[in-house]
Amino acid sequence: MGDFSILFQHLANGISLGSLYALIAIGYTMVYGILRLINFAHGDIFMLGVYITFYGILYTPIPWWLVFLIAPTITGFIGLLLEKIAYKPLREAPRTTILISAIGASFFLQNLGIVIFGGRPRAFPVPRILNRVIKLGGVSINVVAFIIPTVTVLLLVGLNYFINKTKTGMAMRALAKDYETASLMGIDVNKIISITFFLGSFLAAVGGIMWGARYPQLMPLMGTMPGLKSFIAAVIGGIGNITGAVIGGFILGLGEIMLVALLPRLTGYRDAFAFVLLIIILLVKPSGIMGDKITEKV
Amino acid sequence: MKSKGKPSVILVVLLILTIVGLFLASKFLDSYKIRIITLSGIYVTLGLSMNLINGFTGMFSLGHAGFMAIGAYTVGILTMPISMKEMNFFMQPIVPCLANVEWGFLPALLAAGIVAGLAGFLIGAPVLRLTDDYLAIATLGFAEIIRVVFTNTQSLTNGALGLKGIPNYTNIWWSWGVAFVTIWFMAFLIRGSYGKAFLAIKEDEVAARSMGINLFKHKVMSFSFGSFFAGVAGGLLAALLGTIDPNMFRITLTFNILLIVVLGGLGNIGGTVVSAVVVTVMMEALRFLDESINLGFIQLKGIPGMRMVVFSMILILVVLIKREGLPGKTKRV
Repeated sequence: MGDFSILFQHLANGISLGSLYALIAIGYTMVYGILRLINFAHGDIFMLGVYITFYGILYTPIPWWLVFLIAPTITGFIGLLLEKIAYKPLREAPRTTILISAIGASFFLQNLGIVIFGGRPRAFPVPRILNRVIKLGGVSINVVAFIIPTVTVLLLVGLNYFINKTKTGMAMRALAKDYETASLMGIDVNKIISITFFLGSFLAAVGGIMWGARYPQLMPLMGTMPGLKSFIAAVIGGIGNITGAVIGGFILGLGEIMLVALLPRLTGYRDAFAFVLLIIILLVKPSGIMGDKITEKV
Repeated sequence: MKSKGKPSVILVVLLILTIVGLFLASKFLDSYKIRIITLSGIYVTLGLSMNLINGFTGMFSLGHAGFMAIGAYTVGILTMPISMKEMNFFMQPIVPCLANVEWGFLPALLAAGIVAGLAGFLIGAPVLRLTDDYLAIATLGFAEIIRVVFTNTQSLTNGALGLKGIPNYTNIWWSWGVAFVTIWFMAFLIRGSYGKAFLAIKEDEVAARSMGINLFKHKVMSFSFGSFFAGVAGGLLAALLGTIDPNMFRITLTFNILLIVVLGGLGNIGGTVVSAVVVTVMMEALRFLDESINLGFIQLKGIPGMRMVVFSMILILVVLIKREGLPGKTKRV
């Protein structure tokens, strides 16, 4: 019985971590699908989302639930702005160039974070409603562990509707399928790319808020690791594919938690797990679980 | 056709001038400035080694910090006096086969390069089949794995505690000596048939392959050589600082080198040398930004961040302005 409750606890942890990876991974995968760009700064956008929420709750009279809506919106606009400044001028440039710009943007945001927010870790103000522990048949679980997967599923359903049922969503899919042809068909490329960045950053910020509720320690460099790992999740699932990103996120989240749970001796290697998984996937099936076959264009 | 004699005369004159300059610097400057000059030499080697991979061969590797870590730890473990090792490894004794070794600096540096180069070969062989961005993320991943492994192998690397008391062998002559050897080697390599093959791969992989260039062999070679020099530079850095720990070798370090390579021009030896010196000196000169006391409206006391904000802005601006000037492969047609 004891074993079962512990296993259940691990599962709950793994699922909520996986949901967070999935939310961040969607941003990577959508941008990659359209622009073929690893948005290195995505993890730092996630960090900004958490900090904006932090300041919103502590320094404005706005109620916390409203901050939880406003902060991702602001973050979404920052993501949109980032694209306009650092990526848009380079859209026709070689891919390496835009990748370097992305790395530069990532470091810029991190260090700007250190300058503005300070390098000292901060405690995320978790609203009391979310910060409760409930007992469930002998297993005590934080409410957040339930909220995270629920919110994630809701957002995914919404996103799925948006992408598959609306005109804008159709334009996004068309751009991802064939950029040149789609842009010849009268699709407003700039608008669609802006929307993509907005959505990706919005979701990352929502993920960030829940991350803060789960692991309430804020640092300007906190986005790097979740960012890299979520990208890996996107690659595992097949980059460019949203369902794949979610699957990859869950595989990674559950895998990490289970690694530590089942093989405690490897706890120190937890951060390496994702990268090992990445390299295996790249060697075995570079297109990922759900990805299309990548053809080399001449 | 260019006459063969002329450029080499200029180079010899430059070389002599630099040596005289270094000599004068080591005689008349204070130890802080000498240290910066020494550091510049190390960054020249680092910049060139990354330029070989990213600039000349057109791959996009972000694994430099990992190879530097390998080199730094090799030198640290091999050169550290036996008594010092006992003091360092108090949590867990060092593996017996390394406990009683104390090598000279030159063999240790060579070992650092060889171990890093071998690691580059082993890592490169499977990963170099990937293209730009996948390669970038895979090599970044390897650098992270190396860091995590070094943090956990207590009896080999002393884990998170790091190594202290590595003999300070590195001086201005070692660092610039290695830098000159690297410059010479790169120039030699690029002028030869291998260099032609590297450039061909950068310009167009498919065309290069159909001209009979063995893509895999040349990519792995370029990657291994680059790793070799990164390892040597890592070793120099370890012996300059005297103290190393796994967290030094984060992606930030790779970022600095990338900045040097981009500023100097991908695939440009002379430019890389100049930008390595300029960036190193600026890193020090702009240190005041981090310690900036009061700007009236904002208080930034001892915040390490402003300096890197400036540097990342420079990187983005250079990329935005140079745009097409930066060589790369896949263009949208």
